[in-house]
Amino acid sequence: MATNGTPASPAGTAPRIAVRDLTMAFGSFVLMRDLTFTVQSRDIFIIMGGSGCGKSTLLRHLIGLIEPAKGDIAYDGHSFTRASSLEREQTLRRLGILYQSGALFSSMTLAENVGLPLGEFTRLTAAEVREVAALKLALVGLKGFEDFYPSQISGGMQKRAGLARAMALDPDILFFDEPSAGLDPISSRLLDELILELRDSLGATIVVVTHELASIFAIGNNCIFLDVDSRTAIAHGDPKALRDHSDQPAVRRFLRRGAEETEAPPHG
Amino acid sequence: MPAAEFALARPTTDRLVVQLGGPWTMSGGIPDAAPLEQALGSGAPPRTIGFEAAGLGEWDSALLIFLTRLAELSGTRGVTVDRSGLPEGVQRLLSLAEAVPERQGARGGGGAPPFLARVGLAAQSAAATAGEFVSFLGLLAIAFAALARRRARFRWSDLLLFIQQAGADALPIVTLIAFLVGVIMAFVGAIQLQKFGAAIFIADLVGIAVVREMGALMTGIVMAGRTGAAFAAQLGTMKVTQEIDALTTMGIDPLEFLVLPRALALMLMMPLLALYANLIGVIGGAVIAAGMLDIGPQIYFRELVRAVSLTDLLGGVFKASVYGVLIAIAGCLRGMQSGSSASAVGDAATSAVVTGIVLIVCACGLFAVLFYVLGI
Repeated sequence: MATNGTPASPAGTAPRIAVRDLTMAFGSFVLMRDLTFTVQSRDIFIIMGGSGCGKSTLLRHLIGLIEPAKGDIAYDGHSFTRASSLEREQTLRRLGILYQSGALFSSMTLAENVGLPLGEFTRLTAAEVREVAALKLALVGLKGFEDFYPSQISGGMQKRAGLARAMALDPDILFFDEPSAGLDPISSRLLDELILELRDSLGATIVVVTHELASIFAIGNNCIFLDVDSRTAIAHGDPKALRDHSDQPAVRRFLRRGAEETEAPPHG
Repeated sequence: MPAAEFALARPTTDRLVVQLGGPWTMSGGIPDAAPLEQALGSGAPPRTIGFEAAGLGEWDSALLIFLTRLAELSGTRGVTVDRSGLPEGVQRLLSLAEAVPERQGARGGGGAPPFLARVGLAAQSAAATAGEFVSFLGLLAIAFAALARRRARFRWSDLLLFIQQAGADALPIVTLIAFLVGVIMAFVGAIQLQKFGAAIFIADLVGIAVVREMGALMTGIVMAGRTGAAFAAQLGTMKVTQEIDALTTMGIDPLEFLVLPRALALMLMMPLLALYANLIGVIGGAVIAAGMLDIGPQIYFRELVRAVSLTDLLGGVFKASVYGVLIAIAGCLRGMQSGSSASAVGDAATSAVVTGIVLIVCACGLFAVLFYVLGI
């Protein structure tokens, strides 16, 4: 079921992520203000916008690496911004995050990387941890690379290993920071397919920061568009609908790679 | 080699034509726009400027720079520039450069602040640094408390690795420095003591100086440069590659996982290294005693044991463990504070060494006073 990005949620269930009046600022410099949006369960939610508009910064706010200057972020109806550090830790354990560079721990093998959260937060034995780690690596196509160090594999493989680690604790929500950055078109398409597969098989909710149009249309069913000039979000909803019917010329231009309006909008 | 040139023509009073000729390349230099400025500033300035490019050879950014200057000159005087006479490529590049208007406030700085403001800013940043140091110390204490309750999350294999790096791997350089310090002190002392015929006191001099002060101090300085810098660089790089973010969002405190084993390794290894440095320093003294003063090793060591008390030794070792804590804090703090770029990691490593050495020397002075007051 695709949601159309209106802040209202189906009656009775709190949205997976609800952001209200979020202002992101560094000191007196306001990067974005008054961001309000919701992410429903099983959405693939895209955060998009031009370079330097604060997409990754918004992601860092959502996962608690930066404190909001104003506003509130809630997971399943419970405020994350005002939560105690213990509650935060519990929420964080339900999130999986794939960082832009993979962020694998360079002093550990891939199996140790994936196994670290398992060893810390589950009661699995060391042998079981290794089994689960091998399974997660196999899911992202890295079977047999368990004992490699991150520096010994390619950038695309590092990214997939990072994804395996993000999935280690079977998270409810997966965050992707520019997943296709630095990947060739085929790898990036495979990653898109993997993201769709994860949503369908694990039932995960997925938040993706990207400006790759191909990815946006291939996987996204909901989005927010951050505009650098007005310093706030100027569009929400299904990216395909926004491309064809958005009332904001900046959004239509972005989603059509700057092509002018004369082009007949592809209906359907 | 022909140079870039231009001539001015005035077909009508309202129109000035710039005739461009020769190759306009950056290697040939950019001609002076002064004649043009004169023509524009003369009694009857033209309304428009046009171009003739028939004689123009090859051109690159040099021509664009000249035209930009011209545009500025004419813009301030309200003269319109008609670019139709220029080659098409030049016209396109110029409109490309003008496509996006200059962003207000994009030009940084605005000059250095005045002297008083700089003093104030420096004082503020010094106060902030002190605050950061104290709060880091507090966080580290909490991490150690978690360690005592066996709830700290870190890998024991990491600890063993750091113990090797901060311990056994440091032995060669500590050997060299400690030996030379012993030799230098014995050498300086020997010349003075010989004058009084009190050569045997060379053992007292070297022994007390090395065991009480220099062993711990020199080991501390070597380790600040060696291990403190390494810690800062490691943690700074982890910041760049977002490894620290990944730990935080995994619910693992980077302070426990990364800083604790490093600090612990250095605290455990520094006293041992200082003991080793004491031994090597004393041996350095013995070499000079035997070589310059004809005092045999047996006599030297008998005098040494008589002169140096256990309190001296324990005092030195205690200082060394404090220096170890200071080096670990300086290295890890600077690493965790590092920015997210290659140069920021370099700055973090430099700053870790400087902070570490300053702290060690300050602590050394403090200990000297304290031990004197306590009569140790």
